[in-house]
Amino acid sequence: MAVVAEQQQLDLREPKGWRRTSNRIVTWLMVLAFVVVVVPLGFVLVTTVVKGASIISWQFLTSSIPPNVAPADIGGMGPAIVGTIEITALATIMAVPLGILGAIYLNEYGGKNWLAALIGFFSDVMTGVPSIIMGLFIFTIWVLHFGFSGFAGALALGCLMLPIVIRSTYEMLRLVPNALREGSYALGATKARVTMTVVLPAALGGIVSGAMLAVARAVGETAPLLFTILIVTTVNKNPFSGANTSLPSQIFVNANSPFVGAQARGWGAALTLIVIAFVLMVVARFITARFSRFSR
Amino acid sequence: MSTVTRADPATPAGSAHAALRERRPLGDRSFQILALACGLLVLVILVLIAVSTSSQASSWFSAEGFKVFTNNWNPAANQFGALAFIYGTAITAVIALIMAVPVSIGIALLLTEVVPYRWSRPIVYVIDLLAVVPSVVWGLWGIIVFAPWIQHIYTSIASGVKGIPVLDSLFGAPTSGASFFTAGIILAFMITPIVTSLSREVMATVPQIEREGAYALGATRWEMIRGAVWPHSQGGVVGAVLLGLGRAMGETIAVALVIGSSATITSHLFAPGYNMAAVIANQFGEATGEFRAALMGIGVLLFAFTIIINVIARWVVERSARKKRGA
Repeated sequence: MAVVAEQQQLDLREPKGWRRTSNRIVTWLMVLAFVVVVVPLGFVLVTTVVKGASIISWQFLTSSIPPNVAPADIGGMGPAIVGTIEITALATIMAVPLGILGAIYLNEYGGKNWLAALIGFFSDVMTGVPSIIMGLFIFTIWVLHFGFSGFAGALALGCLMLPIVIRSTYEMLRLVPNALREGSYALGATKARVTMTVVLPAALGGIVSGAMLAVARAVGETAPLLFTILIVTTVNKNPFSGANTSLPSQIFVNANSPFVGAQARGWGAALTLIVIAFVLMVVARFITARFSRFSR
Repeated sequence: MSTVTRADPATPAGSAHAALRERRPLGDRSFQILALACGLLVLVILVLIAVSTSSQASSWFSAEGFKVFTNNWNPAANQFGALAFIYGTAITAVIALIMAVPVSIGIALLLTEVVPYRWSRPIVYVIDLLAVVPSVVWGLWGIIVFAPWIQHIYTSIASGVKGIPVLDSLFGAPTSGASFFTAGIILAFMITPIVTSLSREVMATVPQIEREGAYALGATRWEMIRGAVWPHSQGGVVGAVLLGLGRAMGETIAVALVIGSSATITSHLFAPGYNMAAVIANQFGEATGEFRAALMGIGVLLFAFTIIINVIARWVVERSARKKRGA
C-alpha cells in the first residue's frame, strides 16, 4: 500500500514534454515580436539621426529653403520651422481649451445621460477619422472661401487634436475624488467655481501631459496641411494670410525629390521634427510622473 | 435642452431646492452652456465633414453613378472609376493587419503576463516611441532606405516562386521596391502601437484570481493564457484590431510615398499600386473641376468606411468592457 500512495503523490515539478516545450516556444515568440518591432524602429531612428545630424547647423535651422537641385550645404529649413511653430501653436490654442471644456461637460455635467454618452462615443470615433479627411474638410469650408493660410492648417490640426484632448482630459477628470467636489460645494461654491478652482487644478498635471501628447501627434502630421497651407520657400510671419510651410510638408516634398541635396535636407528636417515630438513626449511623461496627484 | 437645466446631484434636495436653483448666478449657467457647446462641437464637426465634403463631391457621384466603383481611372479622359484605390486600401490594410496583429498581441502578452513591472515600463516607452515617429518620417525612410533594400528580397522571392500556381500570382514578378507589400509593412509598424496598447489595457483587466486559479490547476503559462486571459480579453482585442484596421485605411503620407502610385488592380503584391488616401494626397493639389470632385468623393468614401469601422470597433470595445464589469 505504501508504494501505491507514493506513486499517487502530486508531481509539483515543472511540466515535461510538449507542454513545457510549447510554453517556452510561446514565450520566445513574444520576445521575438518585440524584437521584430524594435529593430526596424532602431534602424529608422539611427538613419534619421546619422543622416540628419550631418546637415543640421545653425545655418540649416535659419536659412530659407533653396530649390531642390541645390546641393546639401546650401540653404536650410528656417521657414518650415517657423511655420510648424506658428501652425502648431495656433492649433493648440484652439483645440486645448475647447477640448478641456468638452471633457468638463462629459464628466462634470453630462454624467451618464444619453447626450454625454453620445458625445463621448463620437469623440472616440473622431480620433479614428483619417487626417487627410480633416485637410479636405478645412479645404472645403475655409480655403475655398478665404484662401490658403497657416490658420487653415491650424484649423485642420485643431480638428485632429480636439478628440484626443477630450479623451485624455476626461480620463483625468474621472480620477479626481468626489470628496474634493463635495467639500467645495459644502462651502457654498457654484458648480462652475468648483470645476475651475478645485477639479481642474487637481487634474492639471494629467491634463497638461495629455495635451502635450496631442501636440506631439499633431506636429508630425502632413496630410491635413497639404491642401490648407501649400508650400513656400521663405518665412511667412503672418499665419492668417498667405501660403505657409511646415517641416512635415517639406519632408514630404523632399522625399519625393530625386536630388541628393533635397533628400539630405529632408533628413535634417526629419531629425528636427522627431526631436520636437520626442521632447514633447518626454516632458509630458515627466509632468505625468511628477505632478499628477491621482492615478489609476 | 432638458439635459442642460436638469438638477445636478450636488444641488441640495428638499424645500430649498427650487430657491437655490433660481439663485444660480449667470456665470455658473453660462459656464455650463459653454461646456455643453464644446461637447457638441465634436458632433457638429463630424456632421459638417460629412455634409461639406459630400456637397463638393456630389457632381462626381451624380455624373458617374455606380460607375464610381469601376476600374477606369483616367483623369486625362475624364474617367474617374475608383475601384483600383478601394482595392489598394483593402489589400494594404489586410497585409498590415496580418503582420501587426500577431506581433501586437505578442507584445501585449509579454507586457502583461511575462515581464515584471519594472521591465514593462521601458518596453511601453519603446512602443510609444514608435507612435511618436511621424508618418512622413516613416515614408521618407521607407522610400529612400527600405524600398531599395527590400526590392532585392522581392526579386529573389519572385524568382523562387516562378511557375508555382498560387504563389506566383501573389509574389511573382513584376516586383518594385515601392509596392502594395512595402506599404503594408510600413503600415504594420504604424498601427502596432495602438493595437498593442489597447490589447494590453484589455488584458490588464483580467482578474488576477483567474490567473492564479489556472496556475493552481497546474497550467503552464501558455495554458493559463489560453484558458484565463484569452477568453476574457477576446472581445477587446477584436475591437483593438478593428481600430488598427481603421488607422491602416486612413494613414496617408507614408503610404503615398511608398505604394508606387499606379492605379492598377493586380494580385501581385510586390507590384506598385495605389490607395484611396494616397491618391488624394498626391493628386488633389493639381486637380480642378470634375477631377477634384472625384478625389473629394474618394475622400467621402474613405470617411464613410473609417467611420463605420470605428463605430463597430468602439461598440465592440465598450460591449466587452461592460460585460467584464458585469461579470
